[in-house]
Amino acid sequence: MEFNIQPILPEAFITLMACLVLMVDVYVRQGRSICYLLTIIALLGGAYLCWYDLATESITVLNGMFIDDIFSDILKIVICVLALLVFVYSREYSKFRELFQGEYFALGLFAVVGMMVMTSANHFLVLYLGLELLSLCLYTMVAFQRDSVLATEAAMKYFVLGALGSAMLLYGMSIIYGLTGSLDIETVRISVAAQASPDNLALILGLVFILVSLAFKIGAVPFHMWVPDVYHGAPTSSTLFISTAPKLAGFAIIVRLLVGGLEDLHFMWRDMVVILAVLSISIGNLIAIAQTNFKRMLAYSAISHMGFMLLGVLAGTENGYSAALFYSLVYVFMGLGGFGIIVLLSRAGYEADELEDLRGLNKTNPWYALLILLLMFSMAGVPPTIGFFAKLSVIQAIIDVDMTWLAVVAVLFAVVGAFYYLRVVKLVYFDSSPDEVRIIEAPADMRFFLSVNALAMVLLLPLMGPIQELCTQAIASVVNAF
Amino acid sequence: MRNYLLSVVIWLPIIGALLVLSTGSDQRAPLARKLSLIFSLATFLLSLFLYSGFDVNTADMQFTEKVLWVSTFSIYYHLGVDGISMPLIILTTFLTVIVVIAGWQVIQEKTAQYMAAFLFMEGLMVGVFASLDAILFYVFWEGMLIPMFVIIGIWGGSNRIYATIKFFLYTLLGSLLMLVAFIYLYHQSDTFSILQHHSFPLSMTEQMLLFFAFFSAFAVKVPMFPVHTWLPDAHVEAPTGGSVILAAIMLKMGGYGFLRFSLPILPDASRELALFVIVLSLIAIVYIALVALVQEDMKKLIAYSSIAHMGFVTLGFFIFSVQGIEGGLVQMISHGFISGALFLCVGVLYDRMHSRDIKSYGGVVNTMPVFAAFMMLFAMANAGLPGTSGFVGEFLVILAAFKVNIWYAVLAGTTLIFGAAYTLWMYKRVIFGEVANEEVRGLTDISQRETLCLGLLAAMVLIMGIYPYPFLEVMHASVEHLVTQATASKL
Repeated sequence: MEFNIQPILPEAFITLMACLVLMVDVYVRQGRSICYLLTIIALLGGAYLCWYDLATESITVLNGMFIDDIFSDILKIVICVLALLVFVYSREYSKFRELFQGEYFALGLFAVVGMMVMTSANHFLVLYLGLELLSLCLYTMVAFQRDSVLATEAAMKYFVLGALGSAMLLYGMSIIYGLTGSLDIETVRISVAAQASPDNLALILGLVFILVSLAFKIGAVPFHMWVPDVYHGAPTSSTLFISTAPKLAGFAIIVRLLVGGLEDLHFMWRDMVVILAVLSISIGNLIAIAQTNFKRMLAYSAISHMGFMLLGVLAGTENGYSAALFYSLVYVFMGLGGFGIIVLLSRAGYEADELEDLRGLNKTNPWYALLILLLMFSMAGVPPTIGFFAKLSVIQAIIDVDMTWLAVVAVLFAVVGAFYYLRVVKLVYFDSSPDEVRIIEAPADMRFFLSVNALAMVLLLPLMGPIQELCTQAIASVVNAF
Repeated sequence: MRNYLLSVVIWLPIIGALLVLSTGSDQRAPLARKLSLIFSLATFLLSLFLYSGFDVNTADMQFTEKVLWVSTFSIYYHLGVDGISMPLIILTTFLTVIVVIAGWQVIQEKTAQYMAAFLFMEGLMVGVFASLDAILFYVFWEGMLIPMFVIIGIWGGSNRIYATIKFFLYTLLGSLLMLVAFIYLYHQSDTFSILQHHSFPLSMTEQMLLFFAFFSAFAVKVPMFPVHTWLPDAHVEAPTGGSVILAAIMLKMGGYGFLRFSLPILPDASRELALFVIVLSLIAIVYIALVALVQEDMKKLIAYSSIAHMGFVTLGFFIFSVQGIEGGLVQMISHGFISGALFLCVGVLYDRMHSRDIKSYGGVVNTMPVFAAFMMLFAMANAGLPGTSGFVGEFLVILAAFKVNIWYAVLAGTTLIFGAAYTLWMYKRVIFGEVANEEVRGLTDISQRETLCLGLLAAMVLIMGIYPYPFLEVMHASVEHLVTQATASKL
């Protein structure tokens, strides 16, 4: 068998760069800015390599363990771009908090490699390796502020629950392995299709464990407990990282496992995912109302967004998966903007993570106020923002499979959700500011990217058509591969 | 130009809004004001070409534009107007000019944001009336809530935050159910085109469910009894300009929705449930008028009067006759002028005295004779005096109601008494009598700017009252077409 290195080139490049960052950090005095620069180059290069090699058809390498298709390429590009923006947004923030260190960048890069491996996994073990590489980096990034009690507690919680989730995944995989005799997703698919029946209890057991672990990883109710604590406790730069790209990677393994491997069990997992989705949407939105901390509020909002994303998945149609992919893509950029604002408003020794900190922002900084307004309305799904089209496509997908009742439930909780997003707008626009006037200084590149990030919520509207088509193509590349 | 006229009328004010917004701080407020006046005037003048170029002999959509937007869902950027939507578009562009002029001196804080919000809203409102694609319609329909939310929340009165959040959530809830209805229609017919939905067959159960989904959106917007409670709050707290747009145009969108969606797409359900809608309309006409009678706050009184007048509109629509629907449409346009004018009048008093309570006034005629004359005209028009626009619509609707059921006409006719009672009684207490206190004695009459606003509206009220033919002429063909659609069966 001829060895083709092309498909794994982006991962290999970023891994090498991560090692280089570690070396520079050790051997070059005051090499932190160089590390930062190398990280940026690594991510740009990774994105470019994926772009350059944008697959026209699915290629499997490494004995069929690693798959390179349009789906993985698109997700990898977005993951690199997200990680890049995270590092740009949090540069100043990290400098003030002594997070601006070589290890931090190396961890970020290894996490990116983990995510890229997850999106390309065509084998249970590869998928698990990618997931663990990502998770271990994330635990450390949460705990990076050694003297912060809150961050340490969050990291502990994240680690224990994350390990539990991983264990469940392994257990589920081992059961499936026992039934099918293979860890290769394609072989599993064929074997599962042959024995899919509602009476096959072992198969159901394996499926439940896999589903539970997936719910853990994306933070769907009732496996969401870690989300608010980790988002809240972690330094905001790490929260920014955790809340964006890993969600996409999570979506990728959902697609690889549920759509790629176990689609013939759709009649079984559909109802389970319905429960996860309804609970996430309802509980996420309801509890978010009671939050006074902006980070916690966004955490619960993330839970409800994951619920909406699951709506597309549970539809079980190509249309539904591509709606879910679109929803995830839109969500990560909304989340990036939302946490980006917190990073922007935070100063040395001052975390702007309470909702009260936003009070009267329109008086002092009308431009940032406008950005928050756009992001909040987009999260609430109010047109003419792109968040509306994300909700539209998932709701359209479930009405397509005759689950109109579910659409009505989702829509009702979207109204509940609108309330707390409106409250943020109210604080920013309608309330008067505290006595001290805060002049917000931010580096030009951050201001620029954050503005583009928020304005994209409306400026992307004319491009809706091509973006949706890209999602359809990406999903088609996974579904039609078999 | 003709081919893109509708797009220009939608996007010109939005571009204007961005420019106005970019003027930034309040030091450059004069520039912001001038820019917004230029853009709103230009939009209004351009929208007049919609009237001059309009072919009154056809019910087809005119000035159409159609571009594919999102191919995976076959969403089109599809615009067009007929005799029902065209007058409402011109009403929108006209009133935006008035609102810009009315806010000229009154708004001293964050002027650029205020003016920009109204320009944004203008573009979005025109978009609502011009959309022929359900999703495009929905985008404009909901997008419009954002500037209004901000307008009430920033420049509103003391209880503005409660009012604006109530307004937003109320309308959002209703609209989202309409969105589900749109997607359901798409799922069945594979298109979001409103015109194709008009001829798409639907079973009775489907029609019934869809009717209530649409009803939840339109009834909240109109607003109909019993989902009207957001309106008095929103009106009382909104700044004058916000109240004017809210009463004069936003409420009309609910009525427009009934004509564009409920009646032609769901004709059988509409006829089946006509009695339900008519009863709610009559409750609005009689009961809400009585509620208006006891109000202490002028804005609240006019808000309740709006609900009662909109009851006439829905009554006229659900009679399913050309006369009734034309009456309802004329009533919508006329109410746009009259309620707008009355809110401006209250605004004029409020700017001077900072009170909306009827009992803080009395004898205003002694110090503000010109203003008193204007307000007299608008009060009379609100009561439906022949010769003013208020009469035409009410008369047509009562006439049409008579042909169906005499009791509808009798109950609707009570408005002529109650309407006169609450409007004129308020007028009497505010304007006539002894000068109530020292503050009233110190009032100055209206400025040239205010005279211009009220004068333009007064002219429209009189023209429409004396010679309504041009208004009826443009809508006739479209209304006849609508009636054939609404009376045909889809089963």
